[in-house]
Amino acid sequence: MAQPFNPSVPIYQQLCERIKNKIIRGELGMGERLPSVRDLAIESEVNPNTVQRAYKELEDTQIVEKKRGQGTFVTENPAILQKMREEQKISHINRFVTEMREMGYSEKEMLHGLQDYLEKKEDNK
Amino acid sequence: MIQLEEVTKRYLTKKALQDVSLQIEPGHIIGLIGSNGSGKSTTLKLISGLLRPTKGTVLVDGEIASRRISKKVAYLSELDSYYSFFTVKQTVDFYEQTFADFNRKKAEEMLDFMKLDRTQKVKHLSKGNRGRLKIVVTLSREVPFILMDEPLSGLDPMVRSSIIKGLISFIDLEKQTVILTTHELQEIEPLLDTVILIKNGVILDQRSVEDIRTNENLSLVDWMVEKYGE
Repeated sequence: MAQPFNPSVPIYQQLCERIKNKIIRGELGMGERLPSVRDLAIESEVNPNTVQRAYKELEDTQIVEKKRGQGTFVTENPAILQKMREEQKISHINRFVTEMREMGYSEKEMLHGLQDYLEKKEDNK
Repeated sequence: MIQLEEVTKRYLTKKALQDVSLQIEPGHIIGLIGSNGSGKSTTLKLISGLLRPTKGTVLVDGEIASRRISKKVAYLSELDSYYSFFTVKQTVDFYEQTFADFNRKKAEEMLDFMKLDRTQKVKHLSKGNRGRLKIVVTLSREVPFILMDEPLSGLDPMVRSSIIKGLISFIDLEKQTVILTTHELQEIEPLLDTVILIKNGVILDQRSVEDIRTNENLSLVDWMVEKYGE
């Protein structure tokens, strides 16, 4: 059964996120071919029109390229991928900071907390 | 395109649909949702020409929906509608002989995909496999409109998943339109382009599913609860 979606965010956006994360993790390499619209639709149990929309969105931001008659490929332009990697980082940090603020943590607490956490992890290695 | 123009359907004294006007564009998967007895099945039966409206008109590609509309519309009933003494293969044979648009090759592929044993008698199939067989014979027809009444109800999660995957694999949205009714909203939501919400025989709303998520920040279930409560 397919991985469930967050109920309040458009599905095409979540598909875009999943693909971007796959690229960042290296599961999808530069110039590698994405699954066909139908295959991804079947795998994630979503409407093919939704997958189409997600691919279109990624194409508009030049993260993927459509080659006529061949399919959709991850871009081979490292600058674009680097930019996307940076954007994903900022968006994750943004989410973290917003949530921490809502719970009333100060910036100092966040910084120290993060530092301590990472150092402890380092020790455990 | 499917059009309902001021359609009212009465069963003796009971009103099932009241002045319903609808337009369904081709190339989409549409969910018809609403509580039990809200008029979902009646709507599907009107489109497939199994019922005639008491008032108003139902048009499929500009043609009035009568029994002959079945050449354009495949209808999957919520009831079991095949001969229980047939084997799986005989059931497929029967559908092939009944419908000129039946694609045998597609049917065979789907039987493999659904892992159905061709030699088994329908009466010996599990409920899940009967559900799968129904999907196979309905989707093997190459018709522009496919209507499915509760294709997932009463089936376990594995069967539901295989039916959803089968639906995505074997439907051609460039040529086909699917309308289905279901209560399995959470599971079906990612599959739908549009939903039509119906309550007591009246259409409450017709919306794109992504639009509901973007503009209301709601899942389909929450949206339906909110709309129904109003």
